[in-house]
Amino acid sequence: MAEVEETLKRIQGQKGVQGIIVANSEGIPIKSTLDNSSTVQYAGLIHQLVMKARSTIRDIDPQNDLTFMRVRSKKNEIMIAPGESICWELLLNEFHSPKMKRCYSS
Amino acid sequence: QRKLPLRKRWVCLLDRFWRLEAVETGTGWEEWSQGKALVRPPDQMELTEAELKEDITRILTANNPHAPQNIVRYSVKERSYKPINVVDQMAVHCVLEGSLVHQDSEEARKLRFDLHYKYLFVGFPQVNPIVDGGDVEEAADEDRPDSAVSRINKKEPKVTNQFNFSNRASQTLNNPMRDRICQTEPPPRSSFSATANQWEIYDAYVQELQKQEKNKEKQKGMHSQKDNGKSKKVMLMETQSEDVTKWTMASKILERTISQNTFDDIAQDFKYFEDASDEFREQEGTLLPLWKFQYDKAKTLSVTALCWNNKYQDLFAVGLGSYNFSRQGCGMLLFYSLKNPAFPEYIYPTSSGVMCLDIHAQHSHLVAVGFYDGCVAVYSLKEEGQEPVYKSTAKTGKHTDPVWQVRWQSDDMDNNHNFYSVSSDGRVVSWTLVKNELVFTDIIRLTLNGAVSEGTEGAQGGVSSGTSFDSHKQIDYMFLVGTEEGKIHKCSKTYSSQFLETYDAHSMAVDTVKWNYFHPKVFVSCSSDWTVKIWDHTINTPMFVFDLQAAVGDVAWSPYSSTVFAAVTTDGTVHVFDLSVNKYEAICQQLVVDKKKTKLTHVEFNPIHPVIIVGDDRGYVTSFKLSPNLRKKPKVRVLTSLPHHSRLPLVPHQLKQIK
Repeated sequence: MAEVEETLKRIQGQKGVQGIIVANSEGIPIKSTLDNSSTVQYAGLIHQLVMKARSTIRDIDPQNDLTFMRVRSKKNEIMIAPGESICWELLLNEFHSPKMKRCYSS
Repeated sequence: QRKLPLRKRWVCLLDRFWRLEAVETGTGWEEWSQGKALVRPPDQMELTEAELKEDITRILTANNPHAPQNIVRYSVKERSYKPINVVDQMAVHCVLEGSLVHQDSEEARKLRFDLHYKYLFVGFPQVNPIVDGGDVEEAADEDRPDSAVSRINKKEPKVTNQFNFSNRASQTLNNPMRDRICQTEPPPRSSFSATANQWEIYDAYVQELQKQEKNKEKQKGMHSQKDNGKSKKVMLMETQSEDVTKWTMASKILERTISQNTFDDIAQDFKYFEDASDEFREQEGTLLPLWKFQYDKAKTLSVTALCWNNKYQDLFAVGLGSYNFSRQGCGMLLFYSLKNPAFPEYIYPTSSGVMCLDIHAQHSHLVAVGFYDGCVAVYSLKEEGQEPVYKSTAKTGKHTDPVWQVRWQSDDMDNNHNFYSVSSDGRVVSWTLVKNELVFTDIIRLTLNGAVSEGTEGAQGGVSSGTSFDSHKQIDYMFLVGTEEGKIHKCSKTYSSQFLETYDAHSMAVDTVKWNYFHPKVFVSCSSDWTVKIWDHTINTPMFVFDLQAAVGDVAWSPYSSTVFAAVTTDGTVHVFDLSVNKYEAICQQLVVDKKKTKLTHVEFNPIHPVIIVGDDRGYVTSFKLSPNLRKKPKVRVLTSLPHHSRLPLVPHQLKQIK
């Protein structure tokens, strides 16, 4: 569990991260770094999305399962990592556009 | 007028009555009119003359002299007996029940009909039984037309007695109605909803299978109570650890995606960038810096070993320790993944600095590590916890000097894993993992003058320290050992007393020897004497010598070409050579870190990606992408028998040129 806490802190410390929500399999948030109302809203909405996505993939092939989801919008990005009994959601407020490539010359 | 007492009055009345009678019995009316003569009964009261002349008044009243005058009734209200004042004064002399009926009344009419019928039916004796019982007539015969009349009679209202009929109605007590209701607690309810999809069905089947398998295992294992206890504990741990593992999995995935985002451009470069300028620079290539891996706690340590994992080609191991003799502290074993450069995947802190490591080619969870204090250990990535699975101690034959190189060998005849280690104490030791132990066998002992086997006492000279080691890729028993004196010995596992060959390689300690992956005869060596040399093991002198202007830390062959190799120097430069392109110079010499502050210590090629990782003495590992010019694969000539490469047979010819 301590590892998970550490990971959470590290992720939170990365630039561009707005917040992290950890929810259980029913969409009820367990941990969150956002305020309560946003947490509840996000958790509920995203839970439905994940259920839909997962059932889509599994209907096509029951042996397959959803590992990861990214939802990119104009303003920000939501990353969802669902597990068996748990679901992690992450919010970013920076949209990373491809930058110019760097070159070294000797 | 004075009233007579009662008795006297009666007597007078009676007297007169008798007189009348007496008169009547005699002569009738005539007697009465003449009956002035007094007849005196014998028991008549004697009265005086005055009394006889008395006037006695007689009053007729309506009072009944027989009516009682002292009737007392109980009054419930006053709870006492109260005399009743008013008494009924009626005296009934004669009662006679009458049977007169008014002629217009209903009863009269009825009676008339009855009489009429009686007259009618007198002549029909067979009907009599019905008629005679006058009252029974009411039970009429349906066949008879006359019975209709009696029926009509029936419908008429009941004839009541005119004189003393009174309707008596009584009302029964109506019991009050009460409602009795009983309510039970409703059974607890919960709503249940589920969907039956194809994948839910599949999941259910899989779970069933797993349960069955578990049951089978339990049945096999549950022989004693100890097993029971253990299995229970295991179950608990499983449930706990399942949650934790799920959490960690999801969190790891998330962290990796964050890294992907953060290092998005690097990931893009890694995958797609090809230096276009390579087309113009025919023989030169560049290294594109990619991710940089660093760990906070490893800042004071230098990278002493690097190794890629064969199975998961994005995972590599970094051994951290210190080359500084005086400043020896603890070390660390880290595993990084290219997918997550921010944080290591696995961290193993060690008590002594790690000097070398090797990941098993087939069982990529086994890592052999050699320490500065002479121990060797084997870590298993599958195990939880930060302790090695096996560790050698002073008793079990650890080296007395730092271990400079470990290498996994193929499994021995008993299918046990084993690896070799070489150390400054002059021993090359083979360690075998037998069940839970690490069993060592000295393979060879290095001496200055020649090899001496274990048994012989009194080495003929000092012990030379081995500083590097490599086993041949194809020939199993042959291996090379580089020593601190600068010599390279070619040895065989079977001959423990003698070296097969010795090469006077360098003037200083040989830091690395490496066999070529493709060519079975070629190996490269590097040393702190600024040189990198390429040898053919059948020839005593090097084929190529490269002077790199600074102490060479490490050299590595590339896995995709037999002529490409890279070397790193302490001045922070990476040199990449391609012998098929340029035999005298590096085709790429690139300064990758700050010249004055950091020294590069190790370099390794990734098995499949065009990436090299370079470790330095600051604990950083930097990854670079090789530009296309550096990645040229040689053309395979059909005629040659050598795998993959064709150009090296020219080497002896070119060697002569160099000389």
